Amino acid sequence: MNGDWHKRLQQWAPYALTPLVIIAALPAIGPGPWLTLTVAGLTMGIMLFMVAAGLTLIFGLMDVLNFAHAAFVTVGAYIAVSVLVPLAGWTNETSLALNIAALLVALVAAAIASGALGFVFERVIIRQVYGAPLRQILITIGALTVIEQLIIVIWGPQAIPLPKPAMLRGSVFVGSSSIETYRLFALFVGLAIALAMHLFLTRTRLGLVVRAGVEDREMIQALGYHIRRVFIGVFMAGTALAGVGGMMWAQYQAVVNSQIGDGMTILVFIILIIGGLGSVGGCFIGAILVGLTANYVGFLAPKLALGSNILLMALILLWRPRGLFPLAEHH
Amino acid sequence: MTAGQINEPMQETAGGFADTAADAPIPTLSLEGKSRSWLGWFVSDDPPGRALLNVTMLLILAVLLFAPFVFPGSKALDVAARICIFIILVASYDLMLGFTGIVSFAHTMFFGIGAYGVAIMLAKGWSGWTGVILGTLIGAVVSLVVAAVIGLLSLRVRAIFFSMITLAVAAFAQIVAEQWRTLTGGEDGLTFDVPAVLSRSFRLVPDRVMGVIINGPVITYYITFAVTLVLFLLMLRIVNSPFGLVLRAIRENEFRVEAMGYRVVAYRTLICIISAIMASMAGSLMALVLRYNGPDATLSFTLMIDILLMVVIGGMGTLYGSIVGVILVVLAQYYLKNTLEMATGSMSGQSPMAALFHPDRWLLWLGIIFILIVTFLPQGIVGRLRRKR
Repeated sequence: MNGDWHKRLQQWAPYALTPLVIIAALPAIGPGPWLTLTVAGLTMGIMLFMVAAGLTLIFGLMDVLNFAHAAFVTVGAYIAVSVLVPLAGWTNETSLALNIAALLVALVAAAIASGALGFVFERVIIRQVYGAPLRQILITIGALTVIEQLIIVIWGPQAIPLPKPAMLRGSVFVGSSSIETYRLFALFVGLAIALAMHLFLTRTRLGLVVRAGVEDREMIQALGYHIRRVFIGVFMAGTALAGVGGMMWAQYQAVVNSQIGDGMTILVFIILIIGGLGSVGGCFIGAILVGLTANYVGFLAPKLALGSNILLMALILLWRPRGLFPLAEHH
Repeated sequence: MTAGQINEPMQETAGGFADTAADAPIPTLSLEGKSRSWLGWFVSDDPPGRALLNVTMLLILAVLLFAPFVFPGSKALDVAARICIFIILVASYDLMLGFTGIVSFAHTMFFGIGAYGVAIMLAKGWSGWTGVILGTLIGAVVSLVVAAVIGLLSLRVRAIFFSMITLAVAAFAQIVAEQWRTLTGGEDGLTFDVPAVLSRSFRLVPDRVMGVIINGPVITYYITFAVTLVLFLLMLRIVNSPFGLVLRAIRENEFRVEAMGYRVVAYRTLICIISAIMASMAGSLMALVLRYNGPDATLSFTLMIDILLMVVIGGMGTLYGSIVGVILVVLAQYYLKNTLEMATGSMSGQSPMAALFHPDRWLLWLGIIFILIVTFLPQGIVGRLRRKR
């Protein structure tokens, strides 16, 4: 009986981690800034999730760790620039509908552009290195360099300002804590995408095939599914998500430069390690944890802020060496 | 050199990948039949291979040996010293990547630890040789401990885990170096005085020797050269020892090695430690040559990409490949920019072609070359030259 209880605790502990962190931060920070930081952390987490989810699915399904994933984030960010700068008429208008319409156009454009690039990338780069982990790392690192440099060739080396739409600029006040309007928008969009992804993976036949492919690729092939086509589809979806994440992040920072994806690569890897490679649920929890930690620690001990995520990763690895939700080993 | 022929079966796969091993012939892992010739002993019975390679290597050795006299001037000497240091750095990286099949992104971190060891000692009091030796030792010990912790924590899960964790840890090291101003000097780095014998004003002999003043930088260069030679031959010995054979076997098929009773984790961690210590010593030399150390000089991620490029171009799992790779990439970095400048000089300033060939875009061309080599020449230059026709 006692053993059963222990086992169940082990199973549920990872889910309880995020609420525990949020609750533990309340007395340490004080209620005013706590709400601000929690919303900021959740927003950052949800944007990171968009980027990390694609990578973890690609890894889980095809065993490809794409070190150039961050390049698609940068592409999404620059596409946002190319769409939103001509649409300045819409974004400077004090009409919420027009503002959001402009952002949605940018979002769709970023998704299509990075998804299309992802298709080319899979065909040209990834296709030749399936099942060869060492060459995967090398060739995707090379591709990362090339895409980053091409972006500089196309959009120039200087940082480009990207002011937020008029209605999403200021903050709203809840009690004594201020919350940036754009964060609420980003949180809403991010949750909608996460929910759509969850529904796709759990409620559709294709989602079932994808999940089964992550568990056991050969079995899915043996059942007659064309695994290559699923690969390409998931790869494009993953890169499109990264592009959307980049677009949302660029608008949040209100400035775009060619290093925008680089900073994210390490955070995204930390998320994958925390969540367990290949696990979408783990990725979600990992992303939220990383976002919250960055904001809480940034407030409590600014000096530690930059390294806080690595310390978080170290702590979680000491507790669970394979991450929060490790996939069953099938190799 | 007859020794090379005995080793031939192994060399054939030495440049290959763990992943392609399935269709490659099973390498003969054998230590028997080594010749006892003096020259063979010197290179651990693992000479470069074909005549062309042997001649190239001897030529490179001769040029590096007489570099201060062949190419006088402080800039050329800096390039030569840089080449020597990078040979240690890249060859030690090859121990992990080419011989054991693990990808680390923390190699520059160990490089930086060694450099900061010497820099901090010399800048904060312990001037002179005590500082240099103490700094090098402290750097090596710190590298040993850090490499052991990372290796034992992450290598038991999966090799790819190690890659991701080293990436994160290296980023962390960079942050620490930039933030801990009182110790590391922050982003400005540390400038310091080297021992008097190595300073610019020192003269070994009052007269010029073959037209060259033997001053501190020349002596520093020869120390660098000697350390490089010794460490390179040591690495050659390591990969041709029984320990090295186990490493290659792990690269080819880790499960089989595990099943044969070897502790794969222990071997992998040990080679990471050895590699880290070598990188750390290269870093200490770098600090002496530059008389300065900062995050950009020894810790940057661009440097890590350079190392990867050098190993892959030269040929993974050959050690000699690192020499070829270092020389090609260092020369390319110095001259590709000039070539691109010449190419864009004849074009109009604003056209898209001009932007593509802008001198600041040399990284783009290096990246394309890198992809092409991984695709079409995965065994690298030395690996290809060593292959039997």
